Amino acid sequence: MSENILELKGISRRFEKKLDLAGRMLKKAGFPMREEVVHAVDGVDLAVKKGEVVGLVGESGCGKSTLGRMAAGIMPTSDGEVYWRGKNIRHMSPDEAKKAKLATQMIFQDPYASLNPRMKVDKIVGEAPLVHGLVNRANWPAYVDEQMRRAGLDPAFKTRYPHQFSGGQRQRIGIARALAVQPEFIVCDEAVAALDVSIQAQVLNLFMDLRRELDLTYLFISHDLGVVEHLSDRVVIMYLGRVVEQAPTEEIFARANHPYTQSLLAAVPRIESRKREFTSVKGEIPSPLNPPSGCHFHPRCPHAMDRCKLERPALKEIAPGHMSACHLNG
Amino acid sequence: MNTLEVKNLCTHFFTRAGVVKAVDGVSFSIGRGKVLGLVGESGSGKSVTGFSILGLVDPPGRVVSGEILYKGKNLVGLPEEELRRLRGNRIAMIFQDPMMTLNPVLRVDTQMIETVLAHEKVSREEARQRSRDALGMVGIPSPDERLKSYPHQFSGGMRQRVAIAIALLHRPDLIVADEPTTALDVTIQGQILAEVQKLAQNLGTSLVWITHDLSVVAGLADEIAVMYAGRVVEQGEVNAVLDAPYHPYTHGLIGSVPSRNKRGEPLRQIPGMTPSLLSLAPGCAFKTRCNRADAACDVMPNLDELSPGRFARCVHPHVGAEA
Ligand SMILES: Nc1ncnc2c1ncn2[C@@H]1O[C@H](COP(=O)(O)OP(=O)(O)OP(=O)(O)O)[C@@H](O)[C@H]1O
Ligand SMILES: Nc1ncnc2c1ncn2[C@@H]1O[C@H](COP(=O)(O)OP(=O)(O)O)[C@@H](O)[C@H]1O
Ligand code: SF4
Ligand code: SF4
Ligand SMILES: [Mg+2]
Ligand SMILES: [Mg+2]
Repeated sequence: MSENILELKGISRRFEKKLDLAGRMLKKAGFPMREEVVHAVDGVDLAVKKGEVVGLVGESGCGKSTLGRMAAGIMPTSDGEVYWRGKNIRHMSPDEAKKAKLATQMIFQDPYASLNPRMKVDKIVGEAPLVHGLVNRANWPAYVDEQMRRAGLDPAFKTRYPHQFSGGQRQRIGIARALAVQPEFIVCDEAVAALDVSIQAQVLNLFMDLRRELDLTYLFISHDLGVVEHLSDRVVIMYLGRVVEQAPTEEIFARANHPYTQSLLAAVPRIESRKREFTSVKGEIPSPLNPPSGCHFHPRCPHAMDRCKLERPALKEIAPGHMSACHLNG
Repeated sequence: MNTLEVKNLCTHFFTRAGVVKAVDGVSFSIGRGKVLGLVGESGSGKSVTGFSILGLVDPPGRVVSGEILYKGKNLVGLPEEELRRLRGNRIAMIFQDPMMTLNPVLRVDTQMIETVLAHEKVSREEARQRSRDALGMVGIPSPDERLKSYPHQFSGGMRQRVAIAIALLHRPDLIVADEPTTALDVTIQGQILAEVQKLAQNLGTSLVWITHDLSVVAGLADEIAVMYAGRVVEQGEVNAVLDAPYHPYTHGLIGSVPSRNKRGEPLRQIPGMTPSLLSLAPGCAFKTRCNRADAACDVMPNLDELSPGRFARCVHPHVGAEA
């Protein structure tokens, strides 16, 4: 069994939602107004093995990006521990911590928003490696060309600005920038969501080529189950801040255990299923400000029992490598 | 008679940089209770087609030629007053952003009741009842309470359902829906698609469902029209098109859907990118990305009926044994 490149143990992230003006005035007037707390991520364990592609799936607001940011080390945790290559990042020397941070890169959904519009592409791609001493001035132009070529961009475009590129090309700039610091682990947050299907395929193929070439490990966040199924070795399903199920990809699509995963899979439109009766999961996705007690899914779950309202189901192994958090499993 | 017939529609934008032929000779028709899926990538002209049908194209754009026949009546050039009477009454539009329909400062009941009263002479109480029914139809629980809320008190999915309920108020004959579920989560999208499906079946409403998502079209539509660079390049019954597309672009598009590929294998991809509408070379707009292109493609192909009810705009279509 290969080593864990990253391990998250019991991590949580809370955000305080500040009172708005009306709330502050009511509080001043003596009303018991409290600042609300969003449990964006609530006690998650997640291990990623070297060379693995882990797909992270869930509906909006369930905490995927927050978990991804903590995994990438760009957002502090509220609780829990993060281990990089087996070592707790809290116990790292500044130098070790810097190396770990550089070895993890994040690629975002909106390539435009994450690129400085006033910087030319060569600077966007090449600034960080220069600062971190991965390349010297003399070799810099060749280094930038190489990064661009690897991401499928013509180096002739390196003196252009981001707005002069198409959506797919901008995503490639983001990829070239991430790869330029020679990372081992990449967190992709909805990295192809904004792209048209035909361009999406190009970028997904690039991700897979780079994985082979550079021996990369990915945490691939997406709401698109088709994309995740195609790309991932293992899939992790989140609902309202918690992991409800995780399993090898084939296993989860063949034998989903958790009722939420089952309804999610049933709701996904597929090009293979024609003129079908759309069925629906009842109810809304509850607010993470005020999540339901016990199992968060109980108000929408067709199998909910009394116990589900009271007790949070633990994530338990139900088959080798297959974990699910549901009281139906005993 | 078909509910809608669009014939040779051309909608152009006269910009400083040049004329953008956003829609350039689009034709299709929809029968009663039928769903047409209008698909294509971003910028291909789907929304402008939808806006044109409703007479909602603003300068510098305008419908420069063609006909839009609603139950046989040409809407192009109709006085604004007459168009307004049709809009929101017999023909409705649902936008990707529900706030295009909803007024943020008015309670939902006020908006819905006013919409009913604007087009029909009924009592306030009857208008309220109608609003309640429409909300019930899109699966909004306890519509009585909900009617008293403001739009911001709803989640995104609820807001979209309210916008759809407003579109349903007059039981229109035709709804043009522009990516109405694209921003929604799949479980909420499933709820809305289920409601819309019932609507077409039970009330005979015809739908133009605009989307870039072939999977949604597969489950919902009867017919599909694929747009590329302002033109329809392929059209036909949905199963026939998805199972054996004629046009190389449709072929590539369907081939690149991840679930159509073996897990872990490279996805089939269309090379290159969408051309700019400002600098289209003469001939087939897809030729820079097409693996079948040759000199014959330098002349714009017609949208030909290659088999009964199946149209494609291509000189080397995927037909016969080699498809
Ligand atoms: N107001 C406008 N002025 C100039 N050009 C416009 C205007 N509105 C649309 N266009 C152009 O018309 C073309 C088609 O636009 P449209 O919005 O219909 O595309 P679409 O296929 O619906 O794209 P998307 O999926 O991104 O919404 C595009 O090239 C667009 O830039
Ligand atoms: N900086 C922040 N301040 C307050 N709330 C936040 C912040 N970031 C995320 N949240 C909240 O945390 C929850 C999870 O967010 P996120 O991880 O972005 O969801 P996803 O990416 O799955 O859509 C949401 O309710 C969101 O509103
Ligand atoms: S724990 Fe109960 S409510 Fe939650 S998914 Fe399982 S059966 Fe449903
Ligand atoms: S006309 Fe030519 S370039 Fe256009 S799609 Fe057909 S084969 Fe390809
Ligand atoms: Mg997110
Ligand atoms: Mg559009």
